[in-house]
Amino acid sequence: MTGWQAVRRLVPEVLGVLVRRYGRFDACEDAVQEALVAAAAQWPVEGWPENPRAWLVTVASRRLADQVRSDVARRRREEADALRTLPAGGEVEAGDDTLTLLFLCCHPALTPSSQVALTLRAVGGLSTAEIARAFLVPEATMAQRISRAKHRIKAAGAGFELPPAAEQAARLGVVLHVVYLVFNEGYTATSGTQLVRAELTAEAIRLARELHRLVPGDGEVAGLLALLLLTDARRPARTAPDGSLVPLSEQDRTLWDTEAIAEGVALVTGALSRGPIGPYQLQAAIAAVHDEAPTAGATDWPQILALYTVLERVAPNPAVTLNRAVAVAEVHGPAAGLALLDALSADERLSASHHLLSVRAHLQEMAGDHEAARAGYRAAARRTTSEPERRHLLTRAARLG
Amino acid sequence: MKYMLLIYGNEEAFNSIGAEALAELIRETDALNQELFESGELVGAYGVADEVNTKMVRVTGGTPVVTDGPYAEAKEFLGSFMIVDCDGLDRALEIAARAPSARHWGVEVRPLMHEANVGP
Repeated sequence: MTGWQAVRRLVPEVLGVLVRRYGRFDACEDAVQEALVAAAAQWPVEGWPENPRAWLVTVASRRLADQVRSDVARRRREEADALRTLPAGGEVEAGDDTLTLLFLCCHPALTPSSQVALTLRAVGGLSTAEIARAFLVPEATMAQRISRAKHRIKAAGAGFELPPAAEQAARLGVVLHVVYLVFNEGYTATSGTQLVRAELTAEAIRLARELHRLVPGDGEVAGLLALLLLTDARRPARTAPDGSLVPLSEQDRTLWDTEAIAEGVALVTGALSRGPIGPYQLQAAIAAVHDEAPTAGATDWPQILALYTVLERVAPNPAVTLNRAVAVAEVHGPAAGLALLDALSADERLSASHHLLSVRAHLQEMAGDHEAARAGYRAAARRTTSEPERRHLLTRAARLG
Repeated sequence: MKYMLLIYGNEEAFNSIGAEALAELIRETDALNQELFESGELVGAYGVADEVNTKMVRVTGGTPVVTDGPYAEAKEFLGSFMIVDCDGLDRALEIAARAPSARHWGVEVRPLMHEANVGP
């Protein structure tokens, strides 16, 4: 871990202190970002402060005071907006603040893309420029998205406190989904901004770790962390030197990260034994079965099929059914898998999706019907809007002559 | 998800609706762009210059050849385009319906290829 990564981890803590002291989450969040920029400029030149956290709190507080003073000068702000001082002994454990911040950034009044952006900035400590680069949009666009998100939170009247106990489970679900989205955005990128995007997967894993530390008893939190670790473990093997995707069955498994796999397996095993079982744990369990197979041929497909069957009951969703069809084909033969797909074609959400077309082509290829498979891969390639996936599907079609 | 909105309209079309309607169209377009910028959904909005300024580039035998045509139909109808980054097709269609051209000539909504695989 570099020094700057360590500094970034102080962000939720510093922000928590400021919001508790002064209120006004939006203004505090800006001030913390400004303090980070100042640190990046000064510390390498003047040396690192003995207590980086205190330095950031002090500088951010000063920025906030400057901002409030200039606001007052400009617009004669209401008394209510003047600085409030913190009652003595008001500083609390940083951990509590991180969870509070995560709940705030994943407020239901925000769209998913705004939740992601705000979480990365306020909890992850990434700059607007970094987030914009990761999502391939102009910095001005991202700055607006973040500022709009903060306004929405303010307008919704959300304070800096944990949501009521009754709401926490649902809100935690949103937080998990946001962390998952961050990971997915970084994991599935194959070109252009590779470095920045690998940072996104690292950040998602860090956020999941942080959540697991804060709510260690929650099986789904453990499940998400396990899923991310078990998926990320394959990253070194999933792109060829030319940048193209390498499917799981063709990956060089010696490149997988054994430490991450061991940690993921331990996490998911523990979570499953404690119950109740949820979708993240089941997806992690499936990833674990794949990761534990020394070769693609040694994959325990009956076990994967059993897990998808449970997952389909717990969280029914067409994508899960598609994956189950692949497992059915591996266990009972491609004809059985194709029969399941025919039942799915009636589903409007799916009939036009490239996922269905590509899975069907895959099963047709397994069955030896190369002509149908080739046409199917091409049709799927036309439907997808993902560049790496399109290339992959066209390659699969080309391989069939 | 990023979408490209091809906003139909050309010199002939702009001239056909009358000065008042045109002024209103420009006002509405500016307001929509501003609103999308403020919501953090606007990646860019660009007016396309008149067809008299259009060039065609083809590389033949390694040499770029620049001509005034022949074109596919785009030069005939393309007035402007914008790129938005929003939470899905429904929202992109909602934005397209807000563009004044949707009332006059039409707006084509096309998903842009992206780097990430999104879930179904």
